Amino acid sequence: MLQAEKYPARLRRRPPVMTHLFALGPEASAAIVLSLRVSFWAMLCSLPFALATAVILARCRFWGKSLFDGVVHLPLVLPPVVTGYVLLLLFGHNGPLGRLFATIGVVFAFRWTGAALAAAVTAFPLMVRAIRLSLEAIDRRLEEAAATLGANRTLVFLAVTLPLTAPGILAGMVLSFARSLGEFGATITFVSNIPGETRTIPLAIYTLTQTPGGDTAALRLSAIAVLLSLLALVLSELFARRLSRRLSGD
Amino acid sequence: MLEVEFTHILGGFTLDIAFSSGGGVTALFGRSGAGKTSVVHAIAGLLRPRRGRIAINGAVLVDTENRIFVPAHKRRIGYVFQEGRLFPHLTVRQNLLFGSWFAARATNAASRARFDDVTALLGIDHLLARRPRRLSGGEIQRVAIGRALLAAPRLLLMDEPLASLDATRKDEILPYLERLRDHGRIPIVYVSHAATEVARLATTIVLIADGRVQAVGPVAEIMGQAGLYPLAGGFDAGAVLVARIVAHDPRWDLSELEGGFGRLVVGRIDLPVGSQLRVRILARDVIIAGERPASVSSLNVLTATVEKLVAVGAEAVEVELRAGTDRLLARITRRSQQTLGLVPGRRVFALIKAIAVERRSLGHDATTDFAADAQIFEG
Repeated sequence: MLQAEKYPARLRRRPPVMTHLFALGPEASAAIVLSLRVSFWAMLCSLPFALATAVILARCRFWGKSLFDGVVHLPLVLPPVVTGYVLLLLFGHNGPLGRLFATIGVVFAFRWTGAALAAAVTAFPLMVRAIRLSLEAIDRRLEEAAATLGANRTLVFLAVTLPLTAPGILAGMVLSFARSLGEFGATITFVSNIPGETRTIPLAIYTLTQTPGGDTAALRLSAIAVLLSLLALVLSELFARRLSRRLSGD
Repeated sequence: MLEVEFTHILGGFTLDIAFSSGGGVTALFGRSGAGKTSVVHAIAGLLRPRRGRIAINGAVLVDTENRIFVPAHKRRIGYVFQEGRLFPHLTVRQNLLFGSWFAARATNAASRARFDDVTALLGIDHLLARRPRRLSGGEIQRVAIGRALLAAPRLLLMDEPLASLDATRKDEILPYLERLRDHGRIPIVYVSHAATEVARLATTIVLIADGRVQAVGPVAEIMGQAGLYPLAGGFDAGAVLVARIVAHDPRWDLSELEGGFGRLVVGRIDLPVGSQLRVRILARDVIIAGERPASVSSLNVLTATVEKLVAVGAEAVEVELRAGTDRLLARITRRSQQTLGLVPGRRVFALIKAIAVERRSLGHDATTDFAADAQIFEG
């Protein structure tokens, strides 16, 4: 088992509730904190791209749209290992995009940022799908009405389309967050399994199952994973209900 | 002044529309599927016609020859949709103000209808904090009208705003529409297939059938024309008369009206003496007599001249009569026509039962000079 001293100082400052309530070791709590951070940033950074993609898929007509649709959904059906490997080739130290981002000081390879990227890419289709469904469900006649009231396309989008899509956006964010919490294959392939940097909950559980005597800790961490996922889903359900109630005007 | 002239193809349906109208209410009248909604869509900018020109007070909105197409949001044309189309995520107040958020830059404050005036006119001041979900059908339509008005439009389009409402709700809104016509300075294009509404509200009627304009003219002139029944799609034909209340008869609960046609006694109308109003008299309620009848129960006997006869269906004939300066319509059987020997030019007597006057068609009529109104909206 790894020693606490090996972790960077910021990761040792773990919430006491984790150590005491769940009797978690420093390693496990570090994995939880890391997982939450990775998932949060993955969700937040992919949101604008997912929104744009959903708008394109729901509203635009162009040559090669099915191909575009396919590419967007690819991470959903591709073995995560393949996704991770492609990311490694593109965003690794010697990858073209990796080098490009390095010039502005963003490094993905073997960093938690890479884990967030892997999570964002694999969860992307889920987020796009949720937003797209919500966009397609909007009564477009309301947008026509907004136009006759003097709103141009941008303002129609901001004042009518976006607020009415909010439940879908929220659902997409939660799905993305939950999916990111569970990301394993692409992460381990792309950024390896570095304690405190890229070892998220799934990777930590995997490591524990490979370690003699790690069964109990693996079980505990698995329980946490179940709780976290459940919490995310319940919260999203609550939010969605409240939001749709507000939107439908009750 | 609204000028519309365009052609468009929708699926297998060809629209070939041309008309112009002044102020007041221009009713696009015709059966469902005649193409009325497409016309207002083209005026609003929600439909791009293949060829043609649309202008309002000289400002060109569409001119396909010169490649002009002003987008909907720059037209300043209010649109009241059949289903209201209120924004469900906004309160009534926010819905009403929606247009003014964007209109503020485009128009000066003086021409913008004042919020309080509009909510008072439409009787919606008590609904402002509510959400559209919590409104009745009639309330939704009134808010929708207010929302369109508050966007400072130079023209108001109304596409069957009453079609989704029951009779009670219709009666609730019609007076507001009359007030809008008589006191508002905004010309209105009103789409409807209901003859009663059109008779009550319209200044000018544009009769549309099969994607074409069949007739254009002042309401009394068009409604009093024989043979429009099949074109407009099964409405009860009936002439519209403009009249003034000259006396009430409390003893028998009757009111006496006077107009270009002569005098008419009808069931009591709760309006003061001197009020102008419109009366629609259904063609089937008019009886034609060859001689002045000596004793009949009918209170009204008008002297008239037969102008035109048009066969409708196999058994009936519509007779267009001129009574004084007005037109009347009568619907009789072909046999009666034969027996009476009705031909154009023949002097007859039109009998109208006082009870027959359609109560729901009794509309307020303020004879406004709409040419003067049009001036105000220029530029």
